[in-house]
Amino acid sequence: MYQTNMYEGMLAETVTMPGHKGDTINAYYARPLGAGPHPGMVVIHHAPGWDEWYRECARRFAHHGYAAISPNLYFRDGHGTAEDIGAKVRAGGGVPDEQVLGDLDGALRFLRSQPHVSKKVGVFGTCSGGRHGFLAACRLKGFDALVECWGGRVVQSKEELTPKQPVAPIDYTKDLSCPMIGLFGNDDKSPSPEQVNQHEAELKKQGKNHEFHRYDGAGHGFFYYDRPAYRQEQAVDGWKKVFAFLEKNLKE
Amino acid sequence: MCTMIVHQAKIDGRGKGANGWFKVEEANVSYDHPYELPLEHALNIDFVNEAEGPGARVAVELSVEAARKLVKTIEAVLAQAESRGVLEDMPVGGPR
Repeated sequence: MYQTNMYEGMLAETVTMPGHKGDTINAYYARPLGAGPHPGMVVIHHAPGWDEWYRECARRFAHHGYAAISPNLYFRDGHGTAEDIGAKVRAGGGVPDEQVLGDLDGALRFLRSQPHVSKKVGVFGTCSGGRHGFLAACRLKGFDALVECWGGRVVQSKEELTPKQPVAPIDYTKDLSCPMIGLFGNDDKSPSPEQVNQHEAELKKQGKNHEFHRYDGAGHGFFYYDRPAYRQEQAVDGWKKVFAFLEKNLKE
Repeated sequence: MCTMIVHQAKIDGRGKGANGWFKVEEANVSYDHPYELPLEHALNIDFVNEAEGPGARVAVELSVEAARKLVKTIEAVLAQAESRGVLEDMPVGGPR
């Protein structure tokens, strides 16, 4: 907990990092100044793009003592405004899961190579990023905590599978390798409350360490203060639960 | 995107974007998260020219009711023009 006589500072900047298949991609990296070592966080942007919210989110984690990197998962789709690039990716049916996993593994390795990062690294994602976060915590080794915020399409019917998303993330639940926290709005349509129940049932079946929090009066993206979906009370409570979870799993 | 419901139509036209008029060659129609419309999901149309880069885009985000009304209106206008014998056309992807 921050005290008023403590030093506080951070460095936040765009960096390059190794991505899938050795590609170099860019990322936003925010870390606290001071002695460290700081736990790491990989911050995964949502489907609409690598936008300002994720830069601010990375800085929020840095403010709370984490070295946070947010990779640009749409790097290969060109450069322009985040919206224009996001729309281009939307038209193409999203980015392939394997490519995302390669980029997230690169972000993990980037953090592990930093002398100021501790041995603990978590992963955070919202919307499609929540789905990618869950996939990463199942398919990659090395994450110590997962924060999944309203991960859309963790539960997918066979009809929803595509060459880019060939397997429903829920089918990897048995491989989840770290504790997770999930935040969901009960008015959300993707994931619906029924899908959230399926997701949790599978975690229980596989005996995985998890905590789910479901919020009434909230829908999809209730952390997004720049969207009408923002729900102040639920968002404040959600962030408290996220930081308590990370404190327990990455700092103790 | 969270629904991944998207279709692309190859079309011919012109669109006015941030940098003026450009040749529109594709319409990407999705039902997914909008950027601006205050809904969780919307009918989004991006009129683009992929060859000119991601900035060559005219975006429209519509509610379901608005989208259905637009479809009917376009059909009605085309039918009226056809009945008056004033339709002119050029083949999509053809010489211009």
